[in-house]
This record gives sequence, C-alpha cells and structure tokens, in this order.
Amino acid sequence: MTKLRPTATVTAGSTATAASGGATAGASGKAAGIRHRRARSRTGALFVTPYVLFLALVFAVPMVYTLWISVHRFYFTAPGTHVDSPWVGLSNYRDVFTDPVVGRAFLNIAVFLVINVPLTVILSLVLASALNAKIRFRAFFRAAYYLPYITASVALVAVWQFLFGSDGFVNHILGSHAPDPSWLVNSHLAMPMIAFFVTWKQLGFFVMLYLAALQNVGKELYEASSVDGAGRVRQFFAVTVPGVRPATTLVLIYAIITGANLFSEPYLLTGGGGPDHASTSPVLLMYQKGIEQGHPDFAAALGVVLVAFVLVISLVARKLSERGN
Amino acid sequence: MLRRTAYSLLVLAVASAVTACGRSAPDGVTAANARGPITVWLSNNAQEVAWGESMVAAWNKSHPDQHVTAQHIPAGKTSEEAISASIIAGTSACLVFNTAPASVPTFQKQNGLVPLSDFPDGDAYIQQRGGALTDQYKSQDGKFYQLPWKSNPIMILYNKKIFEKAGLDPEHPQLATYSQFLKTSRTLVHSGAAKAAIWPAPSSEFFQSWNDFYPAFAAQSGGKQLIEDGKPQFDSPAGRQAAAFWRTMYAEKLAPQEAYPGDAVNDGKAAMATVGPWAVAAYKDSVDIGVVPVPTAAGTSPDDTYSFSDEKSAAMFSACRNRATAWDLLKFATSAQQDGKFLDATGQMPMREDLASRYPDFFAKKPVYTAFARQAQHVVEVPNVPGSVDIWQAFRDEWTKSVVFGEESTGTGLRKASDKISKLLDEYGDPS
Repeated sequence: MTKLRPTATVTAGSTATAASGGATAGASGKAAGIRHRRARSRTGALFVTPYVLFLALVFAVPMVYTLWISVHRFYFTAPGTHVDSPWVGLSNYRDVFTDPVVGRAFLNIAVFLVINVPLTVILSLVLASALNAKIRFRAFFRAAYYLPYITASVALVAVWQFLFGSDGFVNHILGSHAPDPSWLVNSHLAMPMIAFFVTWKQLGFFVMLYLAALQNVGKELYEASSVDGAGRVRQFFAVTVPGVRPATTLVLIYAIITGANLFSEPYLLTGGGGPDHASTSPVLLMYQKGIEQGHPDFAAALGVVLVAFVLVISLVARKLSERGN
Repeated sequence: MLRRTAYSLLVLAVASAVTACGRSAPDGVTAANARGPITVWLSNNAQEVAWGESMVAAWNKSHPDQHVTAQHIPAGKTSEEAISASIIAGTSACLVFNTAPASVPTFQKQNGLVPLSDFPDGDAYIQQRGGALTDQYKSQDGKFYQLPWKSNPIMILYNKKIFEKAGLDPEHPQLATYSQFLKTSRTLVHSGAAKAAIWPAPSSEFFQSWNDFYPAFAAQSGGKQLIEDGKPQFDSPAGRQAAAFWRTMYAEKLAPQEAYPGDAVNDGKAAMATVGPWAVAAYKDSVDIGVVPVPTAAGTSPDDTYSFSDEKSAAMFSACRNRATAWDLLKFATSAQQDGKFLDATGQMPMREDLASRYPDFFAKKPVYTAFARQAQHVVEVPNVPGSVDIWQAFRDEWTKSVVFGEESTGTGLRKASDKISKLLDEYGDPS
C-alpha cells in the first residue's frame, strides 16, 4: 500500500496539468484503478475485522494464556482473591513427559490414527466414487451415509453399547466366542472399537468432501482412459485418485486433527478412559487433570504438547500425500 | 483503517476490564456481618428438594427481609465439578447442601470457602450437633470449612424376591463373612436368578472406590481411614483381604467388569447393591429390600462393623455477600426440628450423635432405617488431606488394573497405589 503512494501523487499532478494525449489518459486510468483497489481493500478489511477480532479473542488470547499457564504453577481460584502463580519454567512439561498415563494416551491416539485415518480415506473415497455414479436410490444412500455424522454422539454411543456391550447383540451371536473381558472394557480392543466407531460416525462428512472433489475431475479423462482400454479399477487408480489428491490431503489432515482431539467417544463409551487407561486420549486426560483433579498447569502443558504433535503429524501427512504431485 | 481497528480493540479491552471488575469478591469482614437475600443450592434428589423447599419456605415466612432462594446445583457430570466451576466464575450460592468432603481441600485451595470456625459460635455449634464424629471434618489448619450434615452409611441392600428365586432364605441371608457372601453370590448367579450378584461401577472415576473397596476396608480394618497420620493404611492385611475378596467377585463374574448403563437393582439385573439409606425411598415401590452390613473375613456383629459414611456437608462459599444470614440459615436448617423433618422426608441420617434416641417415632415407624441409624455411629470418612482427588484417582487406577481386571496381583496393585499416594502426600505437603 505505502509503495503506491508516490506514484499516485505524481499521477494526480499529471492530471492537474491537463496534459493531453494517450499517456495522460493512461495515467489517469491507472490512478482510478489504484483508488478503486484501495477502496476495495478498505471494504475488504472492514469485512474481515470482526473475524480477526474473533480469532484474536477466541483463539489467540487463550492460546497465549495457555502458554503462560504451562510455565507457571497455576490453579483456578475464586475471583478477586490473590494467589501466587510462580514461574516454574519447563517443570510442567517435565511432569507431562514423565507421566506414564500421558505416554499411554499418546499411544492410544497413535493406535486410533493408524486404524481411523487409512480407513477413513479409503472408505470415503470408494463410497464417494460409488455415490458419484448413476445408481438407483443415490440420494437415499448419500443421506444414509451422512446421517451418523449429524446425529449426536450420545445417541450413537447408545447404539454402539447395544451392539458391543458385554450383554450386547454381537456377544449374543458370538456366544462363547465373545471376547473376555468384553469389547469396550478389553484393554486390547477398547481403542480399536473407538476407532471403528469414529470412522463410521464421520464417514458421511468425508464422503461429501470427496463427492465435491469428484465434480472437478474432467469427464474427458475418463473417456480418454476408456478409449485407451482402461477398466473401472484402472480408471479409479489412474484418474480418480490423482484427480482428488488435494481433497485427499484435506481429508488426511482433517481426520488427524479430529482424531487427535478425541474426547466424547472414550468419555461416553468406556466410562472415562477404560481399564488401566486403555482408551484414555490426551484431551480426555486434559479434562481429568485440569477440571477433575485441579491441575490446569499440567493440562495446559499437555495441550501445548498435543498441538505440537498434531502439527508434526499433519505436516508429515501433507508431505506424503502431495508427494509426486 | 489501522486507527479504526485500534479504537475497536480499545473498546473491547475496556469492556473486558469492566467485566473483570464484575468478578470482584465481597469483602470478608463486611460480608460476615451482612444480612439480606441469599441463594442456597440443593442436590437433585426429589425427597431432598421437597425438604429443602419446605425448610426455605419456613425461613422466609419468619424472615421476610432476608429472603432465601432454593435452587438445584447446576447440572454437571458431578456436583463437585459444577461447584468448582461456580467458585472460579464467582457465581456459587451462599450455601450448598451437598458438598463432598473429598472436594473440600480443593475448594479451600481455590479460596472458595468461608471458614465456619470464624463465626463466634461456629466450632461450638458444629461440635455440639455432631459430637465426636465431627473431628474427621476439620481441615489441616484446624478450622471447619464444612458442617457435617448428613451421612449415608454404605450397607448391602438385597432384593428379597431374587433371593427367593435362587432358593435362598431372604429373611436370613448368609452375607456376614467373605466365604458366605461368595457362596450366596455363586448361588444367585449360577441359578440364573440374576445376571450379577452385585454390580458396583467398575469404571475408573476416582470416587467409585467409595462403593466397593472403602466400605470393605473400613469394615475389615475396624474403622481405619485410607490415610492416617500422613501415611496410607491400605497396604495392610485388612486392605489385602478386602481386595482379594473383590478380586474373587470379579474373577468369577459374580460382579461384572462393565458398568451398567442404568440402575442394575431396579432393573432386576443385580441381586445386591452397596448403597446408603437414600435407596430405601428410591426402591420402595419397585424392590422388596433387605439390609445387612458390609461383610468381613471372619464376620463381625452389626454393631461392631464399620463402613464408609458417604457423608455430605453443608458449606458456605466465598461469593456470599450476606454471610450472617447464611450462618443463621445454616443453623436453622440443621436444627433438631429440621433434622427430624429431613430424616422423615429423605431417610438420610443427619450427623447427630444421638440420632436413634432423638427420633424414636421415626425408627419405630420405619424399622428398615434402624440398621442405617446404627451403622451411622460406626462410619469412616474420606481423609481430609490436600490432593484428596489425586490420591483417590491414584488408588482407583491400581484398583481397576489389579482387582477388576486382574492384570496384576492385588498385592502388587495395593503396594503400587500406596507408593504413589505416599509421593503425592509428600508433594502436597511441600507444594514448593
């Protein structure tokens, strides 16, 4: 903006001399263009200001406050009462890294992501491709896959418990082959069960993202590949998969972020973390430490570590998904 | 544009500052002598709410200038979380008639409680009402931050019809010793009379041990607290016996390893439950109940058997601006007359030494409560120590691992829990 000012001044001066000719007309037009752009820029800034303020208040301020809490000994107190919050440096981070429950929570999330993310990408792309084709009852199927995503977690958890509770439908069918302890309280099965549940619940959203992306894959590519003799499967790998690569990156990163923020499902499905923290997630642990046990400083440090973890994983996923572009 | 944005930010900053000023705490000295309208919070138990509303109506009738409003404790996963949030927000009621003693150290640390000992007659009133039992409720600085209000001594409640169905004598249940209890439980489950003999929540929340381990430990140890003289007490013969008993219950599937999503006794899924006297009113229309003390290894007479009190206190919160009114109301609500009305309406035991003899008509009319009244004289409270919630969570983690799921021996679980809790006690003793 500031670099344009001298030019604008000179141009205005040139106009004032009323010099004739194409050069002057061009300069005048350029000045009008600059004025127009500046006016548009102001209008744009006006429109984004509320959102910038919203971001500053709702994200930046709590983020900075979280960082501050994480390096102090801190707990929440009644308003108007003074309590020292001494600087403790990285002490809270040391506590986070040496707490075995934190290690277990991150391991749980790793198990979750290893199951949930590939399943989400593969199933949603395959389903989106199928639902993009001209099939009977297409609208019904699209709605059916989307329904779990918009249904409250609490209601879906009840369905899952009906199916996989120790006295549930699945165990009735399996009889003596049912796992013991049962699915949701089994330290080896609890986390995979949660991963499958979340995959099923959120699939509709990711199918929708892929459906939108599929609209941008040119039909001529399918026609050309067909002329070259490619079958459906070959077309899927040679045209569809590369065609929706940007959407795949989005799906990957979104699935990772959602997975890393897992809370409601272990909280509701496994009674707050299951046996021996078998399904405790970092966010659930933040809630337990920060709210239930009154250690917001530990919870803040854990939150910062979690953000760093998500950033690293997301960057790696992005690099991998964009490789070969 | 930048200037305009700066103005907007300035307005927001001023608005934030004004809002922050709104969170100022009342001056303690002024509030201690101030009278005027106050709010009290009650638990959402229907009988308790009915008593609370009638108590408040009686107060308002004679104190029109000091109007009291009764409300439910705000909804939350637990009352303690809702109260803690209200302390931080500065929105707590003057009095809460459902404060868990385990949370009192946390509320104290949050500067959320008014020391009742600071009222001129505070200590005298509390000790006179509760007698020798009240000493357990003093905080480490020697002050009372809670008035021990009611206890719900944990006993074994059983469904007589299910016992009959299993071919057991419902009037003389064999539940006094661990071996009797196990034998009865096996009969109940193997006969198909119930899916579970007993079904306490096996989940990991810190407070769940108050329904399985702690009553058993109190009974087996003859009334020891989890921590005494700054040291954990449960890695002992009594603790190991109690843990081994529960391990057998879980290992033989007499108690399920998965939480029941509802009320297992009411739904006929469990034949027994560990509950307080509140359950009598809750089950009176649906279950024909009997009550016995918690079992011990060798069996003890009911009058010598200890249990967990599951006590709830009344506490005054620092957001209260009219504390003189709040203190007067607290004494009114815990007077002999109101305690009698409370007992009659809810069946829960006011924390009074002379309970059975003071209200003989009630116990003559409702004999099922007599066992609870006797038990109320032999109860153990959670230790009033800083870090109480952390300590119970550390215990619960090891309990679920070793006792509920048998992933390690019960002895190892208790020893690990004891080591963890010793460390926590050291840390809280030296918070620097």
